Amino acid sequence: MELLLALTIGILVACAVYLMLDRNVIRFLFGLILLSNAANLLIFLSGRLTAGAPPLIDEGLYAPTGVVANALPQALVLTAIVIGFGLLAFTLALVYRTYRSLGTVNSDEMRVAEPVAQEARR
Amino acid sequence: MSWLLVNPILIPLLTAVLAYMFRFNPAGRWISVAGTVALLLASVLMMAEVLEHGVIAAQMSNWQAPFGITLVADYLGAVMVVITAITGLATVIYSLAEIPERLERLGFHALLQVLMAAVCGAFLTGDLFNLYVWFEVMLISSFGLLVLGGSKEQLDGGIKYVTLNLVSTIMFLSGIGLLYGVTGTLNMADLHLAVREVENQGLLTTIAVMFLVAFGVKAALFPLFFWLPASYHTPPVAVSAIFAGLLTKVGVYAMIRTFTLIFDHDVGYTHQIMLWLAVLTMVTGVLGAAAMNDFRRILSFHIISQIGYMILGLALFTPLGLVGAVFYLVHHIIVKANLFFVAGVAKRIAGSTDLARIGGLYAHAPLLAFLFLIPAFSLAGFPPLSGFWAKYVLVKAALDLQMWFVAGVSLAVGLLTIYSMTKIWGAAFWPAHPEGKRPRLGDVPVGERLALMLPIIGLALLTCIIGLFPEPFVQFAETSAAQLLDSTDYVTTVLGVQP
Amino acid sequence: MNSLILTTATRLLVALLLVFSIYALLRGHNLPGGGFIGGLIGATGFILYIVATSAAEARAALRVDPASVAMVGVGVAALAGLMSAFVGQPFMTGQWLFLFAEPGEKGLPLSSVLVFDIGVYLAVFGGILTLVFALEEEI
Repeated sequence: MELLLALTIGILVACAVYLMLDRNVIRFLFGLILLSNAANLLIFLSGRLTAGAPPLIDEGLYAPTGVVANALPQALVLTAIVIGFGLLAFTLALVYRTYRSLGTVNSDEMRVAEPVAQEARR
Repeated sequence: MSWLLVNPILIPLLTAVLAYMFRFNPAGRWISVAGTVALLLASVLMMAEVLEHGVIAAQMSNWQAPFGITLVADYLGAVMVVITAITGLATVIYSLAEIPERLERLGFHALLQVLMAAVCGAFLTGDLFNLYVWFEVMLISSFGLLVLGGSKEQLDGGIKYVTLNLVSTIMFLSGIGLLYGVTGTLNMADLHLAVREVENQGLLTTIAVMFLVAFGVKAALFPLFFWLPASYHTPPVAVSAIFAGLLTKVGVYAMIRTFTLIFDHDVGYTHQIMLWLAVLTMVTGVLGAAAMNDFRRILSFHIISQIGYMILGLALFTPLGLVGAVFYLVHHIIVKANLFFVAGVAKRIAGSTDLARIGGLYAHAPLLAFLFLIPAFSLAGFPPLSGFWAKYVLVKAALDLQMWFVAGVSLAVGLLTIYSMTKIWGAAFWPAHPEGKRPRLGDVPVGERLALMLPIIGLALLTCIIGLFPEPFVQFAETSAAQLLDSTDYVTTVLGVQP
Repeated sequence: MNSLILTTATRLLVALLLVFSIYALLRGHNLPGGGFIGGLIGATGFILYIVATSAAEARAALRVDPASVAMVGVGVAALAGLMSAFVGQPFMTGQWLFLFAEPGEKGLPLSSVLVFDIGVYLAVFGGILTLVFALEEEI
């Protein structure tokens, strides 16, 4: 199972890098989404996989009984998913605004902040 | 004790909530000012406690370390929080005159306060994952500030800033995941002990390099800095100034923290890489600055070159090197924010930041010209200003290790810094305005003039004080460097046991 | 979107989702659920409303600015952490109040953890709706 997950992470990263090499910002964003999912899986995997019950403590006890899954990586992944979701949603909105404003999603054509003319002068 | 550490995070957060509620009301901006003053007081109180005890720590929610989230303040963390509050106060006052009501209505002050809360959180946390969370809060509020208003330049710069920073974030997250997998803990003090028991040291070095790349992007190290000069000159000046002062320095701080506390197992390898990255960062940054023709873009490239100096101090990994790094960190935040403020005033009265389109500032605004010279000379390293001592300590540290080349490069970079400062002087201050305009400070209404000049004068005064009386500051940096190199105090305070 | 089935069903579904979101919020302390997931479910309800009608109508139905809701949520969460100050414990330590408690019977447990969760609920609910409105109103 570990091997399978590791391979999945590898494939996700490979796809992400391929997408992120594109000049199209939307594709870059898709790559970023894949990459952040790969990172989440990585955290999950590095917490070791255990076939256990949910880490919930029964009433009246102070520790869970039996084999339970490691809760910490899951909490970390959940936090990372939440944050990643917020950031990616923001980025999507930003790309959309940029497209409306600059009329392009090609990063090579985005030269408003660093105009070619200003550098060619001198 | 515990509240001293929570206050610098809680105060700006609550101020943000209030400022957002009153964003349609002039009261909102005064809430923001009051909140920042309170933050400054809280951080000074915390500083006093740190000076007395060395390192202080607090366990959140009463969960003992290493299981809960710990807030820690040592000398470095405490001074960074104080300097954050000072820069924040300067920025808030400056923004009273610069930020139009339209942006205030969009929640400018709330975003600024959240940014400060996140920066303080990053400086105070003792948990690696919590550091990640603060980095994210910082990122999302900085995204908001950067594109607030949504002009074409801002959106263009924003895209580059956001995308590259997100990549670094994911790199950081993966590093955390792997480090947890190898050690089973994320508390930094606990990690300090845990990494020594890791069998596969090669894996640890790989993780260390992942952190180097992740923080390298945040700190704008060569060759990961391209987002910075693409975006820092686009937002309002108040935003540029606090970004220039604080954000990259959070990356540098994180790097100093992790590479002294956690990844000091293979200094010969990791810090060697860092050394050459630092040298290249200095050189490329200053060359970029020399090639630019815009006030703020020159300053943006200078940030990169100065980051090189700080990382150089860390890479040398000697007590003196770290003294230099800490001193440089503090000095640079003050000076760089101040230069951006000056650029903002120049834009306001002369009409642009493009050096070809402004001029006459020396003839018509001599006070501004004088106030430009103080941080500019300090940045270049002229005695007796703060930059001189920062550079002096670093060059001495390099010479002590007989790294002639590195020392030579850092001196040459200083020279090129003067060149580009002269370029600003020779275009914006010395010649007459190309359109025959008379850029006078007196044309700005009194209230706004006060808000614009007060932060500049205050920060310039601070630069002079550090420069003229460097002794206590150097001593402080020495203690701080000693704490960084010998983590016993830090680990004992956090974990509550002798390691 | 102009679908009679969707608009009719939405009225029922939005109400159900909002009630369910509060159920998820309250159940969260001991069982799967909580402020975050509750906030997401609540936001889903309004997103469905946006899809079925329009962003303007959904904004009118919401009555308050979602970003303000989010900021209030952050404030509530921070204040929940502050409650422990009154008993001299560190920031964020959970404080419990058992109303009508009798020996062997817990009564109605109220805690600062719940207040924190309500803050999270509001923050997530408001934050997500802010982003969705921003995307939706541009188009």
